[in-house]
Amino acid sequence: MARSVEREKRSKHLTEEWVGRVYTLICVGLLVLTIFSMVYFVASKGLSTFFKDGVNPIDLFTGVKWAPEGEPPLFGALPFIVGSFSTSILAALIAAPLGFCAAVFIVELMPKFGRKVLQPVIELLAGIPSVVYGFVGLSVIVPFFRDIFPGQGLGLAAGGVVLSIMILPTITTIATDALAALPAGLKEGSYALGSTRWQTIYRIVLPTTLPALLTGIVLGIARAFGEALAVQMVIGNAPHIPTSLFESASTLTSAITLSMGNTIMGTAHNNALWTLALILLTMTFVFVFIVRWLERRSKV
Amino acid sequence: MQVLIDIKNLDLYYGEFHALKKVSMSIPEKAITAFIGPSGCGKSTLLRTLNRMNDMIPGTRIEGSIRVGDTDIYGSDVDVETLRKKVGMVFQQPNPFPKSIYDNVAYGPRLHGITKKHELDEIVEKSLRSAALWDEVKDHLKRSALSISGGQQQRLCIARALAVNPDVLLMDEATSALDPISTLKIEELAQELKDRYTIVMVTHNMHQAARVSNQTVFFLNGEVIEYADTEKLFSNPTDQRTEDYISGRFG
Repeated sequence: MARSVEREKRSKHLTEEWVGRVYTLICVGLLVLTIFSMVYFVASKGLSTFFKDGVNPIDLFTGVKWAPEGEPPLFGALPFIVGSFSTSILAALIAAPLGFCAAVFIVELMPKFGRKVLQPVIELLAGIPSVVYGFVGLSVIVPFFRDIFPGQGLGLAAGGVVLSIMILPTITTIATDALAALPAGLKEGSYALGSTRWQTIYRIVLPTTLPALLTGIVLGIARAFGEALAVQMVIGNAPHIPTSLFESASTLTSAITLSMGNTIMGTAHNNALWTLALILLTMTFVFVFIVRWLERRSKV
Repeated sequence: MQVLIDIKNLDLYYGEFHALKKVSMSIPEKAITAFIGPSGCGKSTLLRTLNRMNDMIPGTRIEGSIRVGDTDIYGSDVDVETLRKKVGMVFQQPNPFPKSIYDNVAYGPRLHGITKKHELDEIVEKSLRSAALWDEVKDHLKRSALSISGGQQQRLCIARALAVNPDVLLMDEATSALDPISTLKIEELAQELKDRYTIVMVTHNMHQAARVSNQTVFFLNGEVIEYADTEKLFSNPTDQRTEDYISGRFG
């Protein structure tokens, strides 16, 4: 009797074990399958521009004229690539110093107020839908630039400013975590040698947390790079390389969202948009790899 | 012996908590004074008032006076950074900066405005020699300070403290994270350094206090129970509580 009870218990454990293992395996399998099929789909579509439609990759990456419906059709994607990189980097240039300062304030200067008020407020920025950012950008930032600088106000500068607000929470949160995780002994050691608070921040806190701070910047750039709607609303969407920050421009994302509804699956124009998507995807992978590499470095 | 640090009627509060009660003592120059007592008795707290590291803990309040040399270190005209330059500190956990060995030692002098390379080179060598670390690291000064052993790191921290040319060296349980051999090295080092510096050490280890110090102060619940020459305190304590503690009856 006792023996059979034991056996029953054991087999129940085995079932639970088995169910749990199979369930997780299925979930992981689905996840991997989704990722791979997406990459495969984007890549097969995007690469058919080169293989099926016979577009020279060099022309695509260096050409400055985008006229997919023209005669002959031209697929120069350089303006979009330049637009995407310059808006993202501009956004990072604006947001990084602000984010660092916010983090220093939250962790070092006024921890109580910072942790309770400032940090939640900044994190709230992450929850605002991008269409709202775009709308605000269009109604506030664009007219502001239009009044001060020559041009329509639409352009890289407006895009960069809108994006910088959007990526501020990413950079601030990561920087705050990094500063807070700094071993207390390092700062004490510095103070004990007679350094002031700012000397300690410049000479110990910032250099030690630099890899983590860079991680935040790269993640911010990655987010800015992939953002479509808000940028599209304020950048002007002219497919050329602008000569000034206040001249209408385009990004990879805005080019895709603007034309995807107007093309037919399988045509050269549609495939060319997939190529832009493939470039976006590849760049995202590159950003992820950079972040990984930085994180590995910060552990040493 | 000349008195260097003079503490009079010192009361310290962390918020509501009365951490030090009417502490008075004088610490002699160029000797080792050890603070002993059970955990939470206030010995580290007192040590950290000597270079005002407690300033950074919110809610700390101090009454009474501490003089180092002829300065009242809690006086309104005192520059905390200058004080900390004069009163160096070594912590429980070795805390070298994640920089090279050279840059660790040069950190303090650079803070205080020394930038010429030959001057820095000289200070670095002198400090590392004083901390009995020079021979071990002289061939790889550019290597990361995190790559050397814990005992070497702690001696590096001592060298780093000596590099700003202090009068006093505070050691806050500086050997409690180290193995016995590294501990012994630090103790020997303290013996050598006491000819040039006034050393105040907090230790958990009574035997260490007995081995290295000239004076010993016994703390209990924020009060100084007994303060005497080390030999006398350990062989012939006047207070019953001191005797109970050093004979291992509590703590």
